[in-house]
Amino acid sequence: MDRRRLVTLVARFREFGILLVLILLVAITSVGNSNFLTSTNLEGIALDTAILVILAIGETVVILTRNIDLSVGAILGFSALFVGVVLKVHPGVPIPAALLLGAAVGLVFGLGNGLLVALGEVPAIIATLGTLGIYRGLIFVYSSGSNQHEITASDLPNNFLALATQTFLGVKLFLIIPVLLLLAAGYWLGQTRSGREVYAVGGNGAAARLAGIKSGRTVLLAFALSGALAGLGGVLYLARYAQVDTLAGSGMELNVIAAVVIGGTSTLGGVGGVLGTLIGCVLLSVINNSLVLLTDPGSAQFWSRAVYGLVILGAVVADALITGRLQRALRRRRA
Amino acid sequence: MSAPPSEQAGGAVSQAGTDAAGVTRGRAFLAKLARWELLLVVLLIGVLVYNARLSPYFWDSQNILDDTSNFMEIGLLALPMTLIIIAGHIDLSVGSTAALASVIFADRFQAGWNVWLCCLAALAVGALAGLINGLVTTRVKIPSLVVTLGTFALYRGLANGILGNTEVSGFPDSFVGIDLRYLGNTHIPAPLIIFAVAAILTILLLHGTVFGRYVFAIGNNEQACRFSGVAVDRVVVILFTLSGLVAAFAGLILTSRLQTSRGDLATNFELQAITAAVLGGANIFGGSGTIYGAVLALFVIGLLQNGLTLANISGDIQTIAVGVLLILSILLPGLARRGRAAFGRRRGGDASRAKRSPAT
Repeated sequence: MDRRRLVTLVARFREFGILLVLILLVAITSVGNSNFLTSTNLEGIALDTAILVILAIGETVVILTRNIDLSVGAILGFSALFVGVVLKVHPGVPIPAALLLGAAVGLVFGLGNGLLVALGEVPAIIATLGTLGIYRGLIFVYSSGSNQHEITASDLPNNFLALATQTFLGVKLFLIIPVLLLLAAGYWLGQTRSGREVYAVGGNGAAARLAGIKSGRTVLLAFALSGALAGLGGVLYLARYAQVDTLAGSGMELNVIAAVVIGGTSTLGGVGGVLGTLIGCVLLSVINNSLVLLTDPGSAQFWSRAVYGLVILGAVVADALITGRLQRALRRRRA
Repeated sequence: MSAPPSEQAGGAVSQAGTDAAGVTRGRAFLAKLARWELLLVVLLIGVLVYNARLSPYFWDSQNILDDTSNFMEIGLLALPMTLIIIAGHIDLSVGSTAALASVIFADRFQAGWNVWLCCLAALAVGALAGLINGLVTTRVKIPSLVVTLGTFALYRGLANGILGNTEVSGFPDSFVGIDLRYLGNTHIPAPLIIFAVAAILTILLLHGTVFGRYVFAIGNNEQACRFSGVAVDRVVVILFTLSGLVAAFAGLILTSRLQTSRGDLATNFELQAITAAVLGGANIFGGSGTIYGAVLALFVIGLLQNGLTLANISGDIQTIAVGVLLILSILLPGLARRGRAAFGRRRGGDASRAKRSPAT
């Protein structure tokens, strides 16, 4: 029980901390640049966050099982270019079919990762470092094979591009997808048997196996989900930016992992959840936006990686220090 | 993600006990290792034959030696990487560190510093970058995988930020073109000599010193090392600092060879360095590995890429080959081990060898 109390304590502490950072950042940026609190800018932040959240939900599940998926950026890129070419050649494809197609492509890649890790027993970091290179390479193979190196707005049907602008009951259609996915993932992880098994496998794999949980299947499921969501994210990326080349999504795995880690999901597995991930995603998007608004927009893009790196390090260091202190405090109280 | 070293003591290597059975198992392991390096030699010959079929000029000694300059920087990164992997850690930040060092060199050069002073500044920054990796890993007790994933982004971001999308060139002749310098009247280019010296030094360090034995011991059982009074944290910090220093050195050689410095230099180098170490037989869970294997694997990877270039296959697609090699080098031995274990069980043999790896 101590462990659970510790976890909730840390979670409350850090969610409060992140929220504080977020509020501070919003205050500083809105004072520094009056464009921050305009509806156009906030809408842009929401749309950026939407894509990040979709990928981060899958990554959260993978990290909860004590694994990591470095290939999500490459999967997003492949799906975006692939679906873009399909839409260019067959403009009549309905939007739900395009979304499903992207998710299916991602699912195949995700299953590849999952089989390597669960069945092949290749450590996730190595397996997905390898598939990151392989999937990115496949984008080049596909683009040179189909002779389509870039998809621009003029290649895409208008009703598809409307995905990013159309509203439904006053809410952007685009934002409904991540919200539904968040609710579904939150329910699954918190309330269902297979969702709890994700925590069990990541928290103590040996104990989970002894308790009869098929940990291999859980890990496979986590990677498949991560891949499918990255594929779906690719289609939304295509609709939002309407400009996709072979490098789309490169390095995005870092943003995704940063969002998950900042959101309190432990890289040691078994601790965390999608609510924290959502806060992490919003914080990252606001940081990115503030960088652009507060500095010279030309140079901001070059420093953003450094900021992400610092944020990842800051989050994990703060996490380790707080957990360590709480653990010591709990031990003292018991003594 | 790899389990903490304390949980990995059950790896294939450390199962060797102190009794007679353990000794035979240890010998069997050595035999397997020899087979692994033999496999690498066969692979290397295969790649050489493939290259020779693609281009009649390949076997020209000048050509084949000059080709090696293309992957000596990755080779330099792979040497400390092997040590770090044997110790049960990993360093994802080496490519970024190499780029940062190159950019610091270029930035100080633009500021009017003497070119060799610029080199010193770059090396110092590299060592500092490695020191930070080591200190955060050991002091805060965060897995090095997570720490170096963060610094992978941080160091690359600093390199990108300092130079933006500009590139710096115009370095003096005394600095550029290291790959065009040869040993005496031979065709042996300077980067190959530098790598050979570095490899010999690393072999001496790993296989000939107490420090090297500590590296193996930490990778096998960190807890036991702590209880035996080994300064585990100090060894790990030294390894990461060395890795940063060598990465900076590799970054300078790359800058000299390309004659320019950019923030996106050495992208994906960590992937190739890790591939060389692991394909060379280093156990990703720590505890075993050799420098000889890593060197052989480096030449397999480097000459394979050279062949793919000869066949007009672009660098972006070549990463597929590296990725496949990386995964197969871990997948196949694991499958073979499990296959043997299953076979042994069926014959009523030692079932304990069918131990699951702690990978997931």
